[in-house]
Amino acid sequence: MSEQLNESSRLDQALKGGGLLALIVIAIAFPQVFTNPAVTNYGVFAMIYVAVVSAWNIFSGNSGYISLGQAVFYGSGAYAMGIAARDWHMTGTTVFALLPLCGAVGAAIAVPLGLVALRVRRHTFIVITIAFFFIFQLMAFNLQSFTGGSSGLASPFLTWPAATYNTPFYYIALAYAAGTIAIAWLIRRSRFGLQLRAIRDDEDRARGLGVKAMRVKLSAFVISGAITAMVGAVWFFYINQVEPQTGFDPLFDLTIVLMAFLGGYGSIGGAVLGALIIEPLTLWLNSQPQLGGGSLNEILLGAVFLIVVLFVPRGIIPTGSEWITKLRTRGRPAVIPATTMGTPAAAESGTATSVTSGGAR
Amino acid sequence: MTVLLRTDGIKKAYGGVQALNGATISVEEGTVAGLIGPNGSGKTTLFNVITGYERPDEGQVYFGDKPITNHAPDKVFAAGIGRTFQLTRIFPRLTVIENMLIAAQAKDRPRGVLSWFGKDAWTHHRKHAMDLLEFVGIEGHANVLSGSLSYGQRKLLEMAYVLVADPQVILLDEPAGGVNPTLINHISDRIRQLNSQGKTFLIVEHNMEFVMGLCGNITVLESGAVAASGPPDIIRTDKRVLDAYLGADLEEDANDQPE
Repeated sequence: MSEQLNESSRLDQALKGGGLLALIVIAIAFPQVFTNPAVTNYGVFAMIYVAVVSAWNIFSGNSGYISLGQAVFYGSGAYAMGIAARDWHMTGTTVFALLPLCGAVGAAIAVPLGLVALRVRRHTFIVITIAFFFIFQLMAFNLQSFTGGSSGLASPFLTWPAATYNTPFYYIALAYAAGTIAIAWLIRRSRFGLQLRAIRDDEDRARGLGVKAMRVKLSAFVISGAITAMVGAVWFFYINQVEPQTGFDPLFDLTIVLMAFLGGYGSIGGAVLGALIIEPLTLWLNSQPQLGGGSLNEILLGAVFLIVVLFVPRGIIPTGSEWITKLRTRGRPAVIPATTMGTPAAAESGTATSVTSGGAR
Repeated sequence: MTVLLRTDGIKKAYGGVQALNGATISVEEGTVAGLIGPNGSGKTTLFNVITGYERPDEGQVYFGDKPITNHAPDKVFAAGIGRTFQLTRIFPRLTVIENMLIAAQAKDRPRGVLSWFGKDAWTHHRKHAMDLLEFVGIEGHANVLSGSLSYGQRKLLEMAYVLVADPQVILLDEPAGGVNPTLINHISDRIRQLNSQGKTFLIVEHNMEFVMGLCGNITVLESGAVAASGPPDIIRTDKRVLDAYLGADLEEDANDQPE
């Protein structure tokens, strides 16, 4: 029995390792195989969203605190790069050296925001993050000498040939995506990640057991904000400009939350999958004027949200893996009780699906 | 024997309801003490005050000689007072072993931010955690989401994860509530075994057979104050206690006892 289990877990691991390797090869080879800039553009945006959704997931997915203010970091990163490049007269590829600074700006903004917002829980937290978002958008509109007001900022121009212009951006975005996934994975298996997930389940109880809840939540919020700001800066350099309504875009927050929920809220693979499905779809719809362009896109996003809520509320990856477990065990219980002491209610109390969602009380 | 845990004149009101009205109890080191009383008599509130989940309006809590009144729950837990809840408070979407590891870190000294991210920070607790799961009898469920455990198993898990931090005193809030008879016996066996190893217990429980069989000393709360205190035999026959709480069944039981 245990040998069989070991064998099947070894097979699982081999499959997972092989799958991961294949994904990495595909991701690296993508712009070499599809050289058309219209296609590599999809790749750049897909990687940008993989990174920001994974970053969102590090904080919100683990802690259960749904942030709808990630655009604060995304826009601030973009503006930080634009302002620094403008004021320090930086040009060409040297502008990329500003990325760590943009990350530091994101982290520096996350600290005071977190100290205020993380005092409250659940719905109140969501509302406060939305309020922060609007404050930042208003500041971008109104601090004209600093942010360029409603006309925004332009990035330094890169004299790269148009045919391969997207490729370096693709690899930078891919590096951020891969790095964020790696950080998310490290956090998931660490003590820090476990404390975050304990906070999600019962924050007061976790505190009672010695978890320094504020410190843990704030650290995750800062990590998430710093990554999002750096990716925002890459996005800004890629599209060459930022305006208040594009840098601080409410749809950005809704989109990343939708991506995370579609793929599987709290799951690392889910964040990636959600971004890889939604972002190319959105871009394609935007490029189809005969389908109504942008407006159809928004209607479709709303429809996807409804479908997710109605049919796969836990997201594709958790629901999918549950189906796979069901198929494999074919009706037998996945875990054989090792003790006979359990009450008959053990079977009735069900599986993880019966666990109520929502973290903090 | 020395008194390990003591409350002195605890008062606590919620609006117009006086939940605790000068509750003074003491628990001697190495004993199993019981706390009984009708619903609403303030038992759980007293637990909450002792463990820092509620602030008393008046009165003091002492752990040994040290006052611990108004200490935060994590401080109380780290000092050596563990507790379980009437409705178990486990982390349902963490696995059983992860629940244990969360509690295990209470006594860890902080080792800098980077240590949070290392997996090794946990592994030295894993063996101890598994031993305790084996002790309560749910080691076979170590890698299962704890939300999928039965109610009785959750009680055992909560007890195990309080034990993992090696507290001196363990406060159990209705450990036998909603649990089948076989499991109740198992739980009382484990409490006896831990007690023989030197752990002190304070137990709130409505199951009189369980309390009377297990506790060396029983305190009866009524309307937030102590109505009686003493060994089970005295409590069984105390007129005020019988009137206030225990009812006729136990009175008959007590009369049936061989002289």
